[in-house]
Amino acid sequence: MLNQDMRDIIRRAKSNGWVLEPEAKRLLSLGEIPVPDFCWANTLPEALAAAEEVGYPVVAKIVSPAIVHKSEVNGVAVGLEDADALTDVFSGFSKLEGFAGVLIEPLISGIELIIGAKIDYQFGPIILIGIGGTGVEIYQDIALRMAPLSDSDVSSMVESLKGAKLLRGYRGAEPIHMPALIRLVHHFSVLVMDLADHIDTIDLNPVKCTGTTCVVVDARIMLAEAAIPIELI
Amino acid sequence: MDFTPLFHPKTIAVLGVSLTNDRHPANVIYNKIHLRYPVKVYPVNPRGGQFQRDRVYADIADIPAHIDLAVVAARAEFVPDILERCIKSGVGGAVIISGGFAESGRAELQERLVTLARTANFPFIGPNCLGIYAPTRFDTFFLPGERLVRPDPGPVAIVSQSGGVLVDQMVKFAEQGVGLSLAVSIGNKALIRELDMLDYLSKDPATRVIAFYVEGFDKNEGRRFVKAAASIPKPIIVLKSGKSIEGRRAASSHTASLAGDHKVFSSVLAQHGIVEADNEFEMVSFCEALSCYRQKVQGRVGIITVSGGHGVLVTDICAARGLAVPQLSNDTRQKIQESLSASVRGIASLENPVDLTGSARDDDFVAAANGLSRALEVDCVILLLLPYSPGISSDLGARLSYVFRRENKPLVAYVPHQEKYRMLIEGFELNNVPVSSSIDGAVLMVDALRRCRTC
Repeated sequence: MLNQDMRDIIRRAKSNGWVLEPEAKRLLSLGEIPVPDFCWANTLPEALAAAEEVGYPVVAKIVSPAIVHKSEVNGVAVGLEDADALTDVFSGFSKLEGFAGVLIEPLISGIELIIGAKIDYQFGPIILIGIGGTGVEIYQDIALRMAPLSDSDVSSMVESLKGAKLLRGYRGAEPIHMPALIRLVHHFSVLVMDLADHIDTIDLNPVKCTGTTCVVVDARIMLAEAAIPIELI
Repeated sequence: MDFTPLFHPKTIAVLGVSLTNDRHPANVIYNKIHLRYPVKVYPVNPRGGQFQRDRVYADIADIPAHIDLAVVAARAEFVPDILERCIKSGVGGAVIISGGFAESGRAELQERLVTLARTANFPFIGPNCLGIYAPTRFDTFFLPGERLVRPDPGPVAIVSQSGGVLVDQMVKFAEQGVGLSLAVSIGNKALIRELDMLDYLSKDPATRVIAFYVEGFDKNEGRRFVKAAASIPKPIIVLKSGKSIEGRRAASSHTASLAGDHKVFSSVLAQHGIVEADNEFEMVSFCEALSCYRQKVQGRVGIITVSGGHGVLVTDICAARGLAVPQLSNDTRQKIQESLSASVRGIASLENPVDLTGSARDDDFVAAANGLSRALEVDCVILLLLPYSPGISSDLGARLSYVFRRENKPLVAYVPHQEKYRMLIEGFELNNVPVSSSIDGAVLMVDALRRCRTC
């Protein structure tokens, strides 16, 4: 069941058609899905304070209702080492269309996965798990299942990926923490079922997994076109 | 809704029989039922009169018997009225052959039929369909009997949105010796849809395997279909067309672009243990295998051949499908070796594939099949029988089938389907061992056993 905070986030995003990243991350975290400790800063002093708290190096991303693809407008800055670097980036971002602040979060490493959802016309909510990164649409190494998923669905989806070896610890690398991934996908599946009437697609891309955690580093929630009237949410 | 009068009618009325045009669909249907099936049939035309030497009834209500099934082949605009009369006269159900409804932009005319039927709890198939083919009992296809290829009665039911695809599948079933319990063309599927047929066939004692040709489901209908399918203890096979027609791709979402309509369809079917056939050839191979066996296999294949080339070919095809062709244990090899005839023992290769060479006789095949059927390292056996090899007799099919009866490990055979090898082929088929006309087909049959949830 969606709680009031979750419904408020969807309601605020309705007119825009999609949910801004900081709002999407709040929604996910309300659904018990791990996201980085982030801060949505509207002014430079707020951004600098947030970065101090998070600890450099930090990641800064543009927040704008006009910008769905942040990296296409150079709206993502990774590995900012100090306040000077962040100040430069902030000034650049503030000139971008629809500027509505900056999202500051720690730099997170790990193996990249994509976890997604779409509302299919014939089958309803569908969950995707795939090997992430920039080549995601080139390699198309993905598994799909109808939601809701059982924990064994998640394991068998991961096993069916060509890149499953990467996740199990390829060439001496640390294997990812499967229970953390299963927990994340489980909570995601529950959230997707609850959101089914409101959304079109969700991309959690990338989700970064290490030997101890799985964290959603970026999230994009596209809302359904034939939206449910706002007063009913 | 009670589908019994639709699929087990004792009396049929054919509405729309022409007094002047012998080739009218209604006339073809009336004639074939009248002349060849153990069902009482009555012609109906509002003008009344005589058709051949039978009385034509002006109204279905005039027929002096209770009618189970009405077959309607009149012009679309007359159909709502006809349906109403059927309902009033207590008819059990209808097959509406007539076209000219939603498929030609007259959705509201079709909707009238649905409303009438739902209100009266009256089942009908169609419109715009061939209807029902129930082997040896009756059929409503407007195709002259002499043009149809008629599969034998058997355990496979097939439901198709397209009448043409259905008839073509029946040709292939007949060629491959796959028996049919029921074939239904549901056309515009205005009232009775795949899900209704799935429910009916799951309870039909004559049906052990359920096959569908699907062009698409309505909103969320696929979800209901797979959920229902997952709880039915019979193998279900689906052939889906329209794979190349992808829906709108939202550029703003990786998920939307990665999870194309067909990828979703295939994944969801597999998730629910439904066997998806990629084409007509796979469809008939899967139907044949699943109508013979209910054993689940992991796909560790033992192979018997008389030709090294065939052995390599089938190994490649197995590998491409992810089926294993494991090494045989020393114990297995020794046991097979000891039971081979003296002339073959020294030249046969007892790797997997087991190559018995062109010198092999029936007894050698039986020995090798026994050996592989008892070997723990394989869970199914493919027999490549080349009947031009001089040591193979026509009795071998039946003899090898007994190996399955004894050992209960699935055997699948390849025999070229030529008339002169008929007895060998029937030796397998009549003893419930699937036999394919190609090496690929034999591998597909094994794959079906691996992919089927209820096996």
